[in-house]
Amino acid sequence: MLAFILRRLAQSVLVMAVVSVISFSLFNFVGDPVNNMVGQDATRERRAEIRLELGLDDPILVQYARFVGNILSGDFGISYRIKQPVDDLILERLPATLELVFVSAIIALVFGISLGVYTGIRRDSWISRLVLSSSLIGVSLPTFIIGIGLIYLFAVHLRWLPSSGRGGVVDLGFWKTSLLTVDGWRSIILPAITLSLFQLTLILRLVRAEMLEVMRTDYIKFARARGLSERSINFVHALRNTLVPVVTIIGLNIGGLIAFSVITETVFQWPGTGLMFIQAVDFVDVPIMAAYLVFVALLFVVINLIVDILYFVIDPRIRMGGS
Amino acid sequence: MKHRSLTGASALALAAALAAAPASAENVLRWTSQGDALTMDPHAQNEGPTISMNGQIYESLVTRDYNLALQPELATSWEGDLEGWTFTLRQGVKFHDGSDFTAEDVAFSFRRAQSGASDYKEQIKSIKDIEIIDDHTVRFVTDGPNPILPNEITSLFIMDSGWAKANNVEMPQDYAAKEETFAVRNANGTGPYRLASRAPDELTVMERNGEWWGWSEFPGNIDKIEYRPIKNAATRVAALLSGEVDFVLDPPLQDLPRIESTEGLGVSTVAQMRSIFFGMDLGSPELRSSDVKGKNPFADPKVRLAVNHALDKEAIKRVVMEGLSFPTGMITPPGVRGNTPENDAPYEFNVEAAKALLAEAGYPDGFSVTLDCPNDRYVNDEKICQAAVGMLARIGIKANLEAVSKSQHFPKIQNRQTDFYLLGWGVPTLDSHYVFAYLIDGEGSWNATGYSNPRVNEITDLIATEMDEEKRDALVAEAWDIVKAEAPYAPVHHQVIAWGISDGFEIPIGADDSFRPRFVVKK
Repeated sequence: MLAFILRRLAQSVLVMAVVSVISFSLFNFVGDPVNNMVGQDATRERRAEIRLELGLDDPILVQYARFVGNILSGDFGISYRIKQPVDDLILERLPATLELVFVSAIIALVFGISLGVYTGIRRDSWISRLVLSSSLIGVSLPTFIIGIGLIYLFAVHLRWLPSSGRGGVVDLGFWKTSLLTVDGWRSIILPAITLSLFQLTLILRLVRAEMLEVMRTDYIKFARARGLSERSINFVHALRNTLVPVVTIIGLNIGGLIAFSVITETVFQWPGTGLMFIQAVDFVDVPIMAAYLVFVALLFVVINLIVDILYFVIDPRIRMGGS
Repeated sequence: MKHRSLTGASALALAAALAAAPASAENVLRWTSQGDALTMDPHAQNEGPTISMNGQIYESLVTRDYNLALQPELATSWEGDLEGWTFTLRQGVKFHDGSDFTAEDVAFSFRRAQSGASDYKEQIKSIKDIEIIDDHTVRFVTDGPNPILPNEITSLFIMDSGWAKANNVEMPQDYAAKEETFAVRNANGTGPYRLASRAPDELTVMERNGEWWGWSEFPGNIDKIEYRPIKNAATRVAALLSGEVDFVLDPPLQDLPRIESTEGLGVSTVAQMRSIFFGMDLGSPELRSSDVKGKNPFADPKVRLAVNHALDKEAIKRVVMEGLSFPTGMITPPGVRGNTPENDAPYEFNVEAAKALLAEAGYPDGFSVTLDCPNDRYVNDEKICQAAVGMLARIGIKANLEAVSKSQHFPKIQNRQTDFYLLGWGVPTLDSHYVFAYLIDGEGSWNATGYSNPRVNEITDLIATEMDEEKRDALVAEAWDIVKAEAPYAPVHHQVIAWGISDGFEIPIGADDSFRPRFVVKK
């Protein structure tokens, strides 16, 4: 077991290194940050001076080595755009993203599983057909369009909910939360729905397919023959057996939710790490882009590691092959 | 409509009840625009939104009103001579923390703006020495005569020297710095509003400074300003339509009719101090991207004039700009000293004349060239370029459009690595010298055309120091006439600013796109 984990850890480190090299070399194509950092009347000399100060003219490998060295010594640099330390900025904005991801994951799970079970059992009812066809919207419409549509319906037309921003924030000292106030909940509803739709559809369809499969198996027929109640068959015997692949997908998708909250956060001006990243790209704010990409890569690597270890624990076949 | 405003009112009442009981008579203005100020340090960043935000808290010696006329602010009068300028300072002014405003603060602030990582060094490079005559008189000794010094210091804000020392911000933050300085998120000015709270990219709150010297002179009656940047244009407009903000600084052109037609909202427009134009590389021996080898088509003034005659500026205004632009024949707008109606008139749109000029120059079948264009900097910049590509095709010039982000586009211009490009230029000093020095002078840092006319270069130097207004105006006119005839640029239009404003407020629009709350009245 230990050897397996060590091997996986070594692989994770390698993945991190590769991801960071690739993302770092991409910065060469984003453009020149200096132009955004000085006024239009700055002289050529002044611009050159800043390039030198920031080491922007060094070969990309030198810049990368410096970046890794700084990170290892705990220095993530200062944002070119808003002149604040990058690690502070990420920590400051992470709660907003995590709360958004948490609420959308809950929405996706609750509605995804319950609608999946329903459409799996009553697959011919008109409600099932309606749910399935409207769930196509969740996968086919871009997040951007869904978000703007929700804003115009619920904020501009009906005026039930705020169009953007994160209201009702309470500072707990170590964490700024918007989940303790009515205003906070009002402002998180639309972005959370927008972010959850894709995952919700995915879970719904997955659960439905698994349910259809399980309902055909012998042990369900046997359970029926034993005269167990429908309720007990559906939720205890059938649903439980559909959940294994669902849990795997959800685990992987939490990382996806954080990484892909970029667009939702931009549409709703949600002050999280995704919005910060987009603004960094616009400005060519290299310290933020670099730190954010490393952060997301780390997130995926950690989640994958946990999933791998869970498999190891759950599935004896991997254990035997690994030893 | 009635129903909507009722729900809006009840939502407001609810919000008010939930918040910590604000005074009922308080006038609050909530507004938004795309980008937040980059820092509250007044000398660290010479950038529009940053200057606009800092200008609510800090003041300069001389300022501009919304018509962009020079007005006294911290100085009450000023006098120029051949060796420099003397400013008489306003008496009895206090900073937000209570300390007195004196000549010492002025000297400190100008020295700070000349030091280290300041982004204002260029603007005040003519100042050689700063003399404190007495507590309320300051003299700037300049490097030779400088006729336009007051124009150059309208966004040079004055900090309190004591506050700066106490908080260790005597220099603007360096780019290589490892830590954020105090002045990035804190401010102590003399202006009409004090910074109450600031969360970058989220919410900035300002409160009325009751002690401000100007309240008896200005109509403003806003007690509290809440600024929420919203990056996404559609969301920004939605916030205005839903009544969550009272004022949007930068609604997209295509949404203006919708704002206008919504009850309780209106649109204000004004010609902006920014011109949009194409530049042509006439200096290189051969274009990098053209099928013409061994010579440079743009080196021939006939080709450059042909480009000018081929562009249908009126069509761009009608189709691309929704009617909101002023077609022009100059690269600097009315309001800038040196712009004249004669030169401002666009080059005539005439395809036949353009074709004839191309043929005369030896390119009857045209030529190909890459057109570099930004896609995130000016109003509909990429669409302007697309329109131009079609228009140039009609005279045989095959322009291949390369539209990229501003961070990739501008380095091409600064490094003179472009054959044909779109650029916009705003003029903070409202004087032609700023245009000549950067765009037309052979050494100009934004002049990627390679254009260098000895007489124009000479005039650029002369007008920097000529104190006689009449003589100076004549020189400026002469230079513009030469530029018009030789056409290193193909001017398109002057931009128009449009603000979306709630009917409940009177917000005079400024041609520099700057928000000036001292004039804002809640009705």
